[in-house]
Amino acid sequence: MPATIETPKPDFTHTPSRDGDRVIQFREALREALSEEMRKDPRIFLMGEEVAQYNGAYKVSQGMLDEFGPERIIDTPISENGFAGLGIGAAMYGLRPVIEFMSWSFSLVAADQILNNAPKMLYMSGGQWGCPIVFRGNDGAGGQLGSTHSWCIEALYSNVPGLKMAIPSCPYDAKGLLKTSLLDDDPVFFLESERMLGDKAHVPEEEYYIPFGKAALRREGSDCTVVSFGRPVHFCLDAAEELAKEGMNCDVLDMRTVRPLDLDAIIESIRKTNRIVVVDQSWPFASVASEVITQVCEHGFDWLDAPPVRVNSDDVPTPYAKELEAAYLPNAHKIAQAVRTACGRA
Amino acid sequence: MSMTTTDPGVNRPSAALADDILLGWLRKMLLIREFEIRTMAAYQQAKIGGFCHIYNGQEAVVTGTFAAINDDDPIITAYRDHGHALARGMDPRHCMAEMYGRVSGCAKGKGGSMHMFDKPNWLFGGHGIVGAQTPVGAGLAFGAKYTHEVLKRGPKKVCLCFLGDGAINQGAFHEAMNLAGLFSIPVIYIIENNGYSMGTAIHRGTTMHDKLYKKAEANAIEPIEIDGMDVLNVYDKFKPYADMLREEQRPGFVDLKTYRYQGHSMSDPQKYRTKEEVGEYQDRDPINSLAHHVLSQRECLTEDEFKALQKEVKAQVKEAVAFAEADPAPDPEAELYSDVYANPQPNLSPIRDYVEGAKNPLL
Repeated sequence: MPATIETPKPDFTHTPSRDGDRVIQFREALREALSEEMRKDPRIFLMGEEVAQYNGAYKVSQGMLDEFGPERIIDTPISENGFAGLGIGAAMYGLRPVIEFMSWSFSLVAADQILNNAPKMLYMSGGQWGCPIVFRGNDGAGGQLGSTHSWCIEALYSNVPGLKMAIPSCPYDAKGLLKTSLLDDDPVFFLESERMLGDKAHVPEEEYYIPFGKAALRREGSDCTVVSFGRPVHFCLDAAEELAKEGMNCDVLDMRTVRPLDLDAIIESIRKTNRIVVVDQSWPFASVASEVITQVCEHGFDWLDAPPVRVNSDDVPTPYAKELEAAYLPNAHKIAQAVRTACGRA
Repeated sequence: MSMTTTDPGVNRPSAALADDILLGWLRKMLLIREFEIRTMAAYQQAKIGGFCHIYNGQEAVVTGTFAAINDDDPIITAYRDHGHALARGMDPRHCMAEMYGRVSGCAKGKGGSMHMFDKPNWLFGGHGIVGAQTPVGAGLAFGAKYTHEVLKRGPKKVCLCFLGDGAINQGAFHEAMNLAGLFSIPVIYIIENNGYSMGTAIHRGTTMHDKLYKKAEANAIEPIEIDGMDVLNVYDKFKPYADMLREEQRPGFVDLKTYRYQGHSMSDPQKYRTKEEVGEYQDRDPINSLAHHVLSQRECLTEDEFKALQKEVKAQVKEAVAFAEADPAPDPEAELYSDVYANPQPNLSPIRDYVEGAKNPLL
């Protein structure tokens, strides 16, 4: 019988301040999370394209080859279906792989492995073999990359039971959520954003973990609840700033994980605001916003004074031209307009 | 490329094996054959649902290769997997109960015929998508090598990753072979080459079908061809090959020529081949060959003992069927939402909370 090694449970009680002057980049926060856990658990290895000798296509893993060596920081050929599946086998065997997709757009060629194998293994085997693996990479439009390289996979992939999905919006959360992902016994899809990797903020040097399924209230207001995930959280905050000048104040909820989804935090907020706008960068049809609004209607209908409003990417392939791409993505202007609609002030 | 065929008398590791070991192989192959006969009967009675792929004719493949490796070497295969489960040591009662969709099945009725998993015996499934198990097999071998070399635990291992000849053309397999060759991963890809991917003869779907070993060589993997209708030959050729790959910790590729007597699945009218062709292979039946060897050449079994062995195996399989028949169906309240997450937590599903399942009967 293969030996089972218990992984320690993350300590969620320690919550260091978000304020401070240790300002580092989002990518450095990710690196810190990976490195801290790799120092403690030799079963963790990082595998992907350009992660080692190139120091990471986006420099997330810069310097990690020097510290951990080629046995644990492993360059792969361009072969996503192959190395995603390799990671799954290694996870079943007892290791804790971190598989980096340079972009989640490239994970589509590995869809069979990451959707058909990783999240279903525990069920198919009647509880014998789980798959403790972290798939991570850039999600969403990177900036004029065109339709095939700008995938937002959150709606498509979160449809599949058996996986968890985290999507941080800031360096502090990036570290805490990735550290939690590395200790989880289930497959975690961790969504980063090329556009945020250079974002700077205070990140505590000490270790801390952020629980899945707990939204963060980024701004308080009583007129409308604005719910979002990952990068668009910033657009929501910009919109809220703009709307405050018009006398409309928003609760802005940063959900931090798609699955689990902190519905309780949303319901608590709409009990106060009675209005909701959901912002997600997936396409609108069967999107994460669709799911959030469905759950809100199922569990919080009585609290709503107006129909929920969603803001998604436009329902077309991602365009190249700068102006078209800007028009296509969720932005503060669209979100502000959606809040006005929800509040009957459009 | 080492092309090997049966050449009696020269370098036969099986000659040094005790009689009991060969008799164990005979019992194993009889068990698989009898089990599959009962499986087909149960399927025809609609006791077993879904897709069901029968192993008859290919018994020497698992019997000979498993005999050449260690009990704690990882194994992974495709959906024609009953033989692998039984040969690896799964109790036929749990194997049959799985196909019946019963709670004492090896996957508690959640996997079915194509998803036989057996953790105590290091069997990592039973996989339904053609070729999808081949990168996972590379990962199992990678895990074993990493455990040995980086974690400094555990022995040198090889992983046997089985696939049919129809899986050769899947991209996943080519990616897996490239990674195995590149990283020197000790996964041995065993092509159970029965000549057909469903109804498509190998020459209709695969380039260089008579030189499959070249596909391995293109990925820096040293291949071997083995006639898989004779278990002694499988063992004799595979044993030194697997030993070498284990020691040197590098990948392998075996074009193991075999034949399935039944259709691709239970719903295959088999219009793509002749009865004469099937008959030619049945004349070289792997069970008959080994029985002949132990009865007439080694003379370590008498006709009466052989009959008693057959009777014993029949009784064992009959008992497995009775076990499956009597076993209760899984309770949806307890089992539908269990084993989805190893670490279930609230709000993972809009429908209801996931729970931890009942302990797997194999654990």
